Amino acid sequence: MFVAFVLFLVVVGTLVFHLWSPYWFTPIASNWSSMDETIVLTFWVTGAVFMAVGLFMVYCVWRYRYQKDRKAEYKPEDKKLEFRLTLLTAVGVVALLAPGLVVWNDFVTVPKNAVEVEVMGYQWGWSYRLPGDDGILGKSDIKNISDENPFGLDLNDPNSEDDFLVQDADLHLRINKPTKVLLRSIDVIHNFYVPEFRAKMDMVPGMVTFYWFTPTKTGEYEILCAELCGTGHYAMVGTVIVEEESDYTNWLAQQITFENALAQNKIKNQTIQLAENTK
Amino acid sequence: MSDEHDYKLEAKADISASEASFPPIDYVPPAERPEQELYHSKSWWTTYVFSQDAKYIGVQYACVATSIALVGLFLSLTMRLQLAFPELGILSAPAYYQAITMHGMIMVVYFLTALFLGGFGNFLIPLMCGARDMVFPYVNMLSFWVFVLAVLLLVISFFVPGGPTGAGWTLYPPQAITVGTPGNLWGIVLMLVSLVFFVIGFTMGGLNYVITVLQARARGMTLMRLPLTVWGIFVATILALLAFPALLVGGIMLLLDAVLGTSFFMPTSVSMGELLATEGGSPILFQHLFWFFGHPEVYIVALPAFGIVSDLISVHARKNIFGYRMMVWALVIIGALSFIVWAHHMYVAGMNPWFGYFFATTTLIIAVPTAIKVYNWVLTLWRGNIHLTVPMLFTLGFIITFLNGGLTGLFLGNVTIDVPLSDTYFVVAHFHMVMGIAPILVVFGAVYHWFPLVTGRMLDQGLGKIHFWLTFVGAYMIYAPMYYQGFLGVPRRYFEMYESSYVSTIGLNVFITLSALVVGLAQIIFFYNVIRSVLKGKKAEKNPWKANSLEWQTPKMPPEHGNWGEKLPTVYRWPYDFSVPGADKEYIPQNVPPSEVAGAKVEKT
Repeated sequence: MFVAFVLFLVVVGTLVFHLWSPYWFTPIASNWSSMDETIVLTFWVTGAVFMAVGLFMVYCVWRYRYQKDRKAEYKPEDKKLEFRLTLLTAVGVVALLAPGLVVWNDFVTVPKNAVEVEVMGYQWGWSYRLPGDDGILGKSDIKNISDENPFGLDLNDPNSEDDFLVQDADLHLRINKPTKVLLRSIDVIHNFYVPEFRAKMDMVPGMVTFYWFTPTKTGEYEILCAELCGTGHYAMVGTVIVEEESDYTNWLAQQITFENALAQNKIKNQTIQLAENTK
Repeated sequence: MSDEHDYKLEAKADISASEASFPPIDYVPPAERPEQELYHSKSWWTTYVFSQDAKYIGVQYACVATSIALVGLFLSLTMRLQLAFPELGILSAPAYYQAITMHGMIMVVYFLTALFLGGFGNFLIPLMCGARDMVFPYVNMLSFWVFVLAVLLLVISFFVPGGPTGAGWTLYPPQAITVGTPGNLWGIVLMLVSLVFFVIGFTMGGLNYVITVLQARARGMTLMRLPLTVWGIFVATILALLAFPALLVGGIMLLLDAVLGTSFFMPTSVSMGELLATEGGSPILFQHLFWFFGHPEVYIVALPAFGIVSDLISVHARKNIFGYRMMVWALVIIGALSFIVWAHHMYVAGMNPWFGYFFATTTLIIAVPTAIKVYNWVLTLWRGNIHLTVPMLFTLGFIITFLNGGLTGLFLGNVTIDVPLSDTYFVVAHFHMVMGIAPILVVFGAVYHWFPLVTGRMLDQGLGKIHFWLTFVGAYMIYAPMYYQGFLGVPRRYFEMYESSYVSTIGLNVFITLSALVVGLAQIIFFYNVIRSVLKGKKAEKNPWKANSLEWQTPKMPPEHGNWGEKLPTVYRWPYDFSVPGADKEYIPQNVPPSEVAGAKVEKT
């Protein structure tokens, strides 16, 4: 009795905790509510199985507890029952997988009108690059990285001149604009994750990975690295700000382009050389 | 045990003997192979240290695995204390990452794999098959000492310059071997060399377990009369033999990258501002190799647990396991499918998106045979006569925790749901529940069950019940709430827990840590019970649980060297003839001939 009762409390307690605890999804700020919906569907299916099997087990523990004059049933197989249970489970699995793959299909199909934003991760911070008026991000290579060229941009590629560089600062995004984040890492594997956007993908050195989302709520959101990248992994936080078009345009106007950054560096170096009388 | 005899003569004698004094229903085809020569140790060293007796080797494996597990447990408590009470400053950030790495590697590989295969496999396989020992006793002995070497190398890595590796048990390059991760020089090198020796040792042991099951079963012991414990360990060992090579190869390549500057996994990258000399390698290649091993590895841990649980439930509910044939097939199918699901650990690794469709499908398919097993366990309880002994309590706890952990796997396996949940505490909760808690409950149940066989004494059942409730309820309270941190987006492997601005998880963190401390300390009860019972526990009667499988039918308990005395057993039935209608006893051991239970309406097995 006691055993069945405590097991009952554990099974029911799990459900109670699920329904009444304050812990749940963060409020979503992107278009990926379909991921949340798939999770809720999965909770219904797996929750039903958990409760059914759990409570059935509790019932058996109570109803068939040892009694001296009880004789257990001797029944090696029940082919019909086993077949039905297999079929039921297969149906449940399909009910989860089908919608899941539909959402996955959306996730891997980037809309044609998505704007591109490059996120560059490094141990242990975030930098960003936005295409200039030509709408094209210039080529880059880790081998080009230097103090003057921290993003490793290709100096010979004309498309890189007007790219905006946002180094170690907040990323701004436009609300309701489908955004494809191009993910680069210059050293080790990182992962660009904002809980409110739901999406994430590893950033692998030597590759450019991506995902897309549409920010749907203005606000400030924390960026968390989601792939263990060394001792500073937990401290690799950033901020992304989602705002209206006009605010975004103001912000963009204040960002430096690659061309200007190179020029500024050149002037800075000349000034230093002059000061040191080495010119 | 004479080693020289004419087995053909013996077989003929058996037939004429059975014709003469036993009815034809007791006829069993003669053995296909002559009896193996058994090694007889002559000195203290070869009896207790370099033992070639699988029973001793099993205990040796269990002791070493448990010892290193205590280190892993201690590490986990320091981790939890650091997370919940950072003001105490128990671990620095590098030390925290070293702790989580070593905790994970120890528990998965050096504890659970070694215990289930080396510990339970060695002790139970020959006995349950009706053999005198494993087929390669000398190699078996060597396998244990190679395992000890692997463990020693692992322990040494704690003391080398830079300390042990802090790359996470998954050891992903480039971070594992570049500056910025603790232990990126000596630590990772020793870790990888230790793993190489582990694989060598478990190949030697694994060949023993597989070939003994295939070749050394007693007369009448067909494959479909083997207890599910043997099936579980058998399939798991085949998985190990096929999966460990991927770890070996990946580990050696990573070792070469670390030590010789090769570029198997090292792409063009900078490290702390310096362009590295290596280029052209693929970090994702390591992940494929690692997880091709890593996924079967979790089934190497789970399948023996599944097999053992089936036997514990049937013995303690006095009822045949429901659907034995499907249970065997489920083990085999799960084992086979486990080789085509590995990239569900890599859904957000940057693979081609098409892989997501494929691996989500195979991963969710594997849920079907697994679910069948769960139904069959519960259906074994239905209409049983359930003794709520300590082993039974642990199997009930297993069913609940495995339900919980297994069902959450369906979330993560569905690729699109893995996108928000990957690398959060949802994953940590899932794998601890399904691979940590559920199998460890089986381990405890198995120890309480087979302790009399190994030692001839009973463990204290009262202490066992206290141990059960504290461990089961406590562990459930650690991990069941943890999933919800994942929904909040709290990432794993953070030295300082991420505090969501919507709901604070400080209270939850403290609760989880306190539960962990209670569960950790509760294990003192278990160890006290084991040590005290070994020394002066109540002497057990022979076959105290009234089980049918062969390991309980030896002439002496604990079994002596050679297990069976003069004559090997002959098997006439499966191990699940409990409560057979028409039989006068509630159980019919496997070696009881039909003529002795003439009235019993057994199913032909």
